[in-house]
Amino acid sequence: MLRDPRILTGSIIALVVVVLAILGPLFAPYGENEIVGKPFTMEGGPLGTDYLGQDVLSRVLYGGQSVLMIAVLATVLGVALGLVVGVTAAYVGGWLDELLMRGNDVLLAFPQILIALVVLSAVEQPTWWMIVLLVGIAHAPRVARVARGVALSYVNNDFVTAAEAIGEPRWRIAMFELGPNLVVPLLAETGLRLTYSIGTVAAIGFLGFASNPNAADWGQMTNENRLALLVQPWGVLAPVILIGLFTIGTNLIADGIGQRAAKGA
Amino acid sequence: MSQTVTEELRCRVEDLRISLPARGVDVVDHVDLTLKAGEILGLVGESGSGKTTTGTALLGYARTGAAISGGDIEVAGHKVRELGPAQVRAIRGVTIGYVPQDPSSALNPSIRIGAQLRELLDLHDIGTPEERGRRIRQILPEVGLPNDEAFLRRYPHQLSGGQVQRVALAMVFLPRPQVLVLDEPTTGLDVTTQGMVLRTLEELCRRFDVAALYVTHDLSVVATISNRVAVMYAGRLAEIGPVKQIFTNPSHPYTRALLNAIPHLHRPFALTGIPGRTPAPGNRPPGCRFNDRCSFAVPECSAEEPPDVEVSPGHFAACIRTDALPAWDPTDRVVADTDPRRDRKIILTVSDLDIFYGTSHVVHGVNFDLAVQEVVALVGESGSGKTTISRCVGGIHDNWDGTIAVDGEPLATAARKRTADQRRRVQYIFQNPYLSLNPRRTVEQILVRPLELFGVATGKAARERAAQLLEDVQLGESAMSLRTNRLSGGERQRVAIARAIAVEPDILVCDEITSALDVSIQGSITELLNSIKAERHISMLFVTHDLALVRSIADRILVLQNGRLVESGLAADVLDRPQEEYTQKLLANTPTLDRWMDTSH
Repeated sequence: MLRDPRILTGSIIALVVVVLAILGPLFAPYGENEIVGKPFTMEGGPLGTDYLGQDVLSRVLYGGQSVLMIAVLATVLGVALGLVVGVTAAYVGGWLDELLMRGNDVLLAFPQILIALVVLSAVEQPTWWMIVLLVGIAHAPRVARVARGVALSYVNNDFVTAAEAIGEPRWRIAMFELGPNLVVPLLAETGLRLTYSIGTVAAIGFLGFASNPNAADWGQMTNENRLALLVQPWGVLAPVILIGLFTIGTNLIADGIGQRAAKGA
Repeated sequence: MSQTVTEELRCRVEDLRISLPARGVDVVDHVDLTLKAGEILGLVGESGSGKTTTGTALLGYARTGAAISGGDIEVAGHKVRELGPAQVRAIRGVTIGYVPQDPSSALNPSIRIGAQLRELLDLHDIGTPEERGRRIRQILPEVGLPNDEAFLRRYPHQLSGGQVQRVALAMVFLPRPQVLVLDEPTTGLDVTTQGMVLRTLEELCRRFDVAALYVTHDLSVVATISNRVAVMYAGRLAEIGPVKQIFTNPSHPYTRALLNAIPHLHRPFALTGIPGRTPAPGNRPPGCRFNDRCSFAVPECSAEEPPDVEVSPGHFAACIRTDALPAWDPTDRVVADTDPRRDRKIILTVSDLDIFYGTSHVVHGVNFDLAVQEVVALVGESGSGKTTISRCVGGIHDNWDGTIAVDGEPLATAARKRTADQRRRVQYIFQNPYLSLNPRRTVEQILVRPLELFGVATGKAARERAAQLLEDVQLGESAMSLRTNRLSGGERQRVAIARAIAVEPDILVCDEITSALDVSIQGSITELLNSIKAERHISMLFVTHDLALVRSIADRILVLQNGRLVESGLAADVLDRPQEEYTQKLLANTPTLDRWMDTSH
């Protein structure tokens, strides 16, 4: 799989960003909230200071963990939910399929970020798990559509009928007969969903709904420092570049896997 | 067969070589063919033999990834390899026609018949507009269709299946081609439609003096339609000669092995397969390519490529052992028919079976029974309900009324409502082994699961048993850890058979289990089923559209038409002395090798 140049490049880029986010705090020259100079100047570290005079480089190194973690958890949640709904709809079929998929269509009609904003502005203090939940649930209908489509091409295959004919329990058919066939196509979908998760989580941060307003967070940083974009662009650019790189990396992986799946590898 | 072959050479292929440049291997090499006007040359071979590749090469076409890399191709005076793309396009469809599998699929469902026929002539700018109309009106009666304005204004879906095929054939002959390449045109068609297509093709080829290359895997079709036959194996011609010579004095061991794998309609024939696998391009053995599977091979066979030996005038075999082959006598493979006085201990009874799909009633009041260690064949054309009946017995289709009883114990409609023991006793084998085995699971997982599910064996015992089963179906234990996508079609079907017999069933329901496979593999699977039946005392319900195959495997036969049982009885009785008009029609349309059985020909 790593011989595919796309998957290899994507993996390297994504890995570099992840490592940076995880190990970043160890190498940060200053503390997360340490004031190192006047705001929006090139004092302190090489990337200058932010709106409070904190060191941008250090905040970037500190601020990746929360974004990536929330994004990954939200993706896992969304894919798991979507998978259950999609495979159930495809395998059981009939009225349940109709019910699930029409309900799904209703959810799809809501803009992903809108639901999140409605809930987050309604609560007093957003917590990280709320964001995971909201982003994850917003993904589920999209994953469900894909999972149903893929599962549908297998549910009428003779190997499923053969398992039915010997009386294999239905959950075992879903898990062991359908499941393995869904892995590769859904891996591609997962990669895509992860990309969207990062985008959404960063957007939520940018709009100011962070669980901890003082903490460093790539999404939040773009919001905090946007006023001085012309004077001290690094406060916005540094986190944006990292988010962009990670998105490109995961997208490359997803694309590569998707193409391999299409070729039947 | 009217012999109107003239001496006019229409097509000449010399030393043809087609290779895969990316891998540097040859798919086809050293192929020499000639076609005379009014002649049909049958090119037979199994999958991977390069027969279709050779056929399309006449049109100057090689599939993506392959290239015609050597040799001369001359079609009706055109040197195809020297033509530019535009020139090749100009002769395709006009001078040299191509008929694909299921010719009617070439018709556009949203264009009227008349417009489609005319389009072809317009495209190649043949004749004046009035002439085009006249030609269309002339050709339609030739294929047995009306040529009035009302007919021309119809759409393909308004015609019957047979008529659509006829239109497609008319389309092929409309530009008066000089050479035709027919690529399995009747594969997948019903016997009656196939019979019609073959008769029409033969007649038109003779009438219009066309030289045709008929590419197929079906030797019985070739025996019916062609003047000469070429047998291809692993990219080379093994044998070529007049049809009578090929069938009465086959002189290449491969041809003989193929003939031994083909059932005959009027004699019960002990079928045998060919051991081993057809070698893929790049893996072909040195010397004679058949040497590793040949029972007549001597060490010299692998030393160098055999020359073409002229066995009799115009009959060549690429084999150095032609002198060593015994005289060909197919009758010594004939076995005894089922003894009609045999005791029948009934195990499966089907009575008053009515089957529905939604609200449509597809099978009407069918009654039959099956005895222990007996094979009952369900035959009929598509839509006759034969597969549907078998699916009800297997509990896969549950919308039916009536009684299906095993040992007097009535079965529930759906498999899930039956007891575990009832499910175990009836096992179903599917037509297409590419769909019936999960591509993501290993052979071991596939075989062990039913053993565990029915509590036959677990853990190590189950694995040992799976290994034994693989030996029983002649696959070998080494296949255990493979995923099924690493196996060939025949090997997959063996795994499917192993899965079915794993739980010691009493009844096997076999749904067209050989029809997706090559001839030689069909032969070996039939051999395997016969031995399973004898050793394990298993009864089988054998669904097939191939009447000849019935004679080699079944004791009794049930003929179905539109969901009704029209005739039943011992296989020998029904096939030799059919009472019903429908059975007679089916038999008359079934291509067969029987006419070559008597060596006195």
